[in-house]
Amino acid sequence: MNYSAKKQKTFLSGNEAVAWGAVASGVCFASAYPGTPSTEILETLGTFSELEAQWAVNEKVAYEAAFGACLAGRRALTACKQVGLNLAMDPLMTTAYSGVNAGFVVVVADDPGMYSSQNEQDTRRVAPYAKVPLLEPSSPSEAYYFVQEAFKISEQYDVPVLLRLTTRVSHTKESFSVCLGRNIVPDRELERNPKKYVMIPAHARPRHLDLEKRLLALKEFSEKTELNRAELNDRRIGFLVSGVSALYAKEVYPEASFLKLGMTFPFPVKKVREFARKVKKLYVIEELEPFLEEKLKQEGIPVIGKKASWICGELNPQAVKSIVAQKERRLTGLKARRPLLCPGCPHRPAFYVLKKSGVFVAGDIGCYTLGALEPLAALHTQTCMGSSIPFFEGMSKMQKKQKIVAVIGDSTFIHTGINGLISAAYNGAKGLVVIMDNSITAMTGGQQNPATGLTLQGKKTKKLSLEKICLAAGADNVDVVNPFDIEGLQKLFDLRLGQDSLSVIIARYPCRMIERLRGAAMRVNQEKCKKCRQCLVLDCPAIKEVDGVMMINQALCVGCGLCRQVCKFKAISPEGK
Amino acid sequence: MEIGQKTVNILFYGIGGQGVLTAAGICALAAMNDGYHVKESEIKGMSQRGGSVESYVRFGRQVYSPLPLEKDINLLVCLNAEEYPRLKQELKPSGKDLFSYLEKAHIAVGDKKLFLNAYMLGVLSSFLAIREESWMEALNHKIKKDQAENKFFFLMGRKEGSHYDF
Repeated sequence: MNYSAKKQKTFLSGNEAVAWGAVASGVCFASAYPGTPSTEILETLGTFSELEAQWAVNEKVAYEAAFGACLAGRRALTACKQVGLNLAMDPLMTTAYSGVNAGFVVVVADDPGMYSSQNEQDTRRVAPYAKVPLLEPSSPSEAYYFVQEAFKISEQYDVPVLLRLTTRVSHTKESFSVCLGRNIVPDRELERNPKKYVMIPAHARPRHLDLEKRLLALKEFSEKTELNRAELNDRRIGFLVSGVSALYAKEVYPEASFLKLGMTFPFPVKKVREFARKVKKLYVIEELEPFLEEKLKQEGIPVIGKKASWICGELNPQAVKSIVAQKERRLTGLKARRPLLCPGCPHRPAFYVLKKSGVFVAGDIGCYTLGALEPLAALHTQTCMGSSIPFFEGMSKMQKKQKIVAVIGDSTFIHTGINGLISAAYNGAKGLVVIMDNSITAMTGGQQNPATGLTLQGKKTKKLSLEKICLAAGADNVDVVNPFDIEGLQKLFDLRLGQDSLSVIIARYPCRMIERLRGAAMRVNQEKCKKCRQCLVLDCPAIKEVDGVMMINQALCVGCGLCRQVCKFKAISPEGK
Repeated sequence: MEIGQKTVNILFYGIGGQGVLTAAGICALAAMNDGYHVKESEIKGMSQRGGSVESYVRFGRQVYSPLPLEKDINLLVCLNAEEYPRLKQELKPSGKDLFSYLEKAHIAVGDKKLFLNAYMLGVLSSFLAIREESWMEALNHKIKKDQAENKFFFLMGRKEGSHYDF
């Protein structure tokens, strides 16, 4: 298909728009590990047959596979969430020196307000650190256009380009027109150029100097590009804005003057200085870090920024008003319903048994992190992907008072858990690792991974055996159990916890959101129920106490029977007898 | 409801798994089909796990922000009674709260809870300057199962909403 001027009206999210823009740019390869709010970029790319779109085991691997495609002379893209880039920082820092062969774009979705993340790091700070250009679209229509610009910049300036989204850009949908078809860029040959692609010190030194030259050229580009656009209106008040904050400010002050930066690194100092001269008062509106504000202050350009309390959390139009009024952020006390493990979730029985065992659980990132919340409260650490097993190792070696158990999901284990297990085995760690295997990458909405044996497109592929890889890593024994057999699970936990060995228990049962396995819904026999509330400890969304009576919601219950197993008075059954 | 230059703000909310986002998506598509510029902003992620879900639909000639100002909602569409208190204060004084229709919707659909949102969208449609065919097109596009029944309950809600004298 060729790039055509034929347009089609669409309604796309920022993530979908990135995918459509990349396809229009002729992207040939895309790789990522799922992570909210970035997941839909690859899911959307996976619906196009014109390119290879894939799930990698983690963000570093995704980055490197995509970079390999770029070295082979094809436009390539990798996408991740903000914390995902931490893992891919290693290749990012050095590929900036090497530069690219075909265009290479790194899409990163930040999560201000931490809707589904463990921190709210601002990826914009990475751009000057890694010395790569940074584009910040503010809407889906801009994301569609910016990704196409990013590929051009990457090729023109021989550098990977960061395209930074935020949750509100990724997950906002907008009606706009897209061009149908693909821009076919001439393929470049894979070249043997060790001075560019073998970063030994002797080669990296001149490449670093070259990168500084490329950055100077990019600085000139940033001064001229239409991505950075001044809109002079009422000159009494001017705003320097980027990303979605630009739209919040425009919403509140439609009559004001704006300098909207689509490219925030390298920073267009001259353009900003010129704009600052033309307006009476200059405000900078930006989410998270005072990235632009600091730059202006460094350059001696008078600007009104925000109070430090606004570094935390997401902005919105109301927040822009408060920032302009130089107010502090006030925390709103609105109570949102907390997320729960789904009815019939296979993690629930495993946590029930872990809680009864009284062990300290080193947790990880996934749906099972919800096991930390009351009343289950059976998970005691969570930091980053793959941290559970190394935490378990350090903790169990340095103190013996409490038994430590590592808990990790199947996808997270493949992501970075395997490394931890190899290291723990190698260093003689003893104790128990539980892989809560729901056979899908669940928290991000159900993506395939090597252990499911299916690709991003749902095609059959090689299936990773978790049992075999655990044994190969050095586990002394590996058991596979159905977590809904809580008696069996308890016995196995007791056995393995009592042994002087490194044990892995794989608690395997498919996620209910994927397989949708259902049995007859449970009912409570109110005559037999002694109101001991043991069933409530399970924290199942289907079980509620209403006016002192235990009730099971028949629409929500999937009939997993866990409450039936924990009820000492045999008051729960499908018949309610 | 007057719709001219001003952007219309609609807030849909409820809990994960209830079809809040689908309902908002149908409304957004209907507005787009009618030629408006539309933005829809939602928060998902952990929503599938039964957490609170909300979605803002804004449409008009040109929409800037994906989020409206505080207390600037023209139409409040709450799809879950327990969640109602959480965001009802976002309605502006001249706005319309569709919460009173939720009970009517429950009665109308009976056991067929799947069609609750179709009924509520029907009610909503009666307050918006979007043509019925644009709604139908959006419904057909977003819902592939039980199209006839969805349409039936949509029209039932639309009729109920139009009884309101404004």
